[in-house]
Amino acid sequence: MLDDFFIRALVAGIGIAIVAGPLGCFVIWRRMAYFGDTMAHSALLGVALSLLLELNLMVSVFIVASVVSLLLLFLQKRGALSTDALLGILSHSALSIGLVIVAFMTWVRIDLVGFLFGDILAVSEADIDIIWGGGILVVFALVYLWRPLLASTVNPELAEAEGLRPERARLFFMLLMALVIAIAMKIVGILLITSLLIIPAATARRFAGSPEIMAVLASVIGALAVAGGLFGSLHFDTPSGPSIVVAALALFVLSLLPVGRRLESASHFPNGGHQ
Amino acid sequence: MLNFRSPETRPLVSLNNTGVRRNGRWLVRGVEFSIGRGEIVTLIGPNGSGKSTTAKTAIGVLKPDEGYVERIGGLKVGYVPQKLAIDWTLPLTVERLMTLTGPLKAREIEEALAATGMLHMAKAEVQHLSGGEFQRALLARAIARKPDLLVLDEPVQGVDFSGEIALYELIKQIRNRTGCGILLISHDLHIVMAETDTVVCLNGHVCCRGTPQAVSQSPEYLKLFGRRAAGTLAVYSHHHDHTHLPDGRVLHADGSITESCFPGDGHHHHEEGEDVHDHDPDCGCGHHARLHGYEQPEKRDA
Repeated sequence: MLDDFFIRALVAGIGIAIVAGPLGCFVIWRRMAYFGDTMAHSALLGVALSLLLELNLMVSVFIVASVVSLLLLFLQKRGALSTDALLGILSHSALSIGLVIVAFMTWVRIDLVGFLFGDILAVSEADIDIIWGGGILVVFALVYLWRPLLASTVNPELAEAEGLRPERARLFFMLLMALVIAIAMKIVGILLITSLLIIPAATARRFAGSPEIMAVLASVIGALAVAGGLFGSLHFDTPSGPSIVVAALALFVLSLLPVGRRLESASHFPNGGHQ
Repeated sequence: MLNFRSPETRPLVSLNNTGVRRNGRWLVRGVEFSIGRGEIVTLIGPNGSGKSTTAKTAIGVLKPDEGYVERIGGLKVGYVPQKLAIDWTLPLTVERLMTLTGPLKAREIEEALAATGMLHMAKAEVQHLSGGEFQRALLARAIARKPDLLVLDEPVQGVDFSGEIALYELIKQIRNRTGCGILLISHDLHIVMAETDTVVCLNGHVCCRGTPQAVSQSPEYLKLFGRRAAGTLAVYSHHHDHTHLPDGRVLHADGSITESCFPGDGHHHHEEGEDVHDHDPDCGCGHHARLHGYEQPEKRDA
């Protein structure tokens, strides 16, 4: 039952979950969910360009996601439109341009659904090397940048005043996001990458007493969601991305269950209310 | 100006004719002051007068578009910003807040929390603190790193009157113990911390500057604030030679009106020790002195 392709997908997926955990925490703390979405949607443009120019897929996606995030930073500074309008424009334009380019390339056949929603069959051994190599790079960078990133999340001016260079931290954060999107695309799919960033981090919040614990917990919860989702995907023959997101959602709902509170309320109403 | 400290060191920070412009408008212009070790400078002025902008320029968060700022090399700043909202999704205890911008020894954290009376709250999440507790936690964080310059942007906001006195007492103790320079932004136009060496009143530029008068010298204020406050608070009476009209023009003491109050227009002059209290009640500065006509010796004993 556990075929080679499945083990590959599992190893790749857990690698992604480990880096997505701490990065997802920053996405939540900084309220950047839609920023992440925009970068992820631009990945399809990266896919199209990689086919057109015969570039490595992950490199191409990384470059396009980085360019889109820098473009957004630039447009934000100009301040002509609100950030959410800019995000909407960039996100859907990049996705649509990617789809249009793919449609023009009649000579290539690509599995669009696989790119949009993830495909556990698509993971090769080379992909695993890139995912774990890139993942280790992201984790080291996060550890190194942890203090300036956290301080500028709390207050950029405070970080700047006390010598932590928040602009640099922000720029590196964007590049790390682009890197994670590039390596997560095959497993989770372009449309669902941000959920792998956000849902495990949101689940971890309730159990975490410090930012560091929350980051580690988010990785663990993400890994559980990936394992659960991939088993489900294999068992029910569903696309891997949505299956992982459903598993993550299940964990999130479990974390919300007010177990302690229910016991408490039972003892609060000894009369049993209206009956 | 009288200064009781030895002038052996250069000022920590000095602003020289600095101005900051945003979207074609000067937020603040022509600011000149310096802060030395052990010195307390208080910035006052109405909303939008450029107090926070000036403080941020002093510590390098904002770059001046005009003039220049000199800081001593390796200046260590402790900053308490005016607004700080921590998202509830970020689990942050008071203890963890302390090491936000740099590592500290457990003993240093404990000392700073004890000094601000927050030691018992070390394990509390910052989102659960009251306004006054949060301000004290932020102050503890800023002093724990033993800064050369402490910049406090309205540190007494959200704090009741007796809490305000206690905070000023604490700031005084910090200055006396560590000898750091302090740049304090006050929300109150008339009442400042008694230990202040220099008050700089801003309204888009330096309106006036001077030293505060101790409350304890005035029986009226003693009655108003009580004996405990009298040693901590001081009164700053304004010496303005012009008034900002609502339309942005400037009414000068001699009755003339000009487009701006910059030196180029030939009107501006704020000599020290000038004893003019010619404040217009409709002053755009918003600080018609409650102490109109109230005269006291200008220099307070150090």
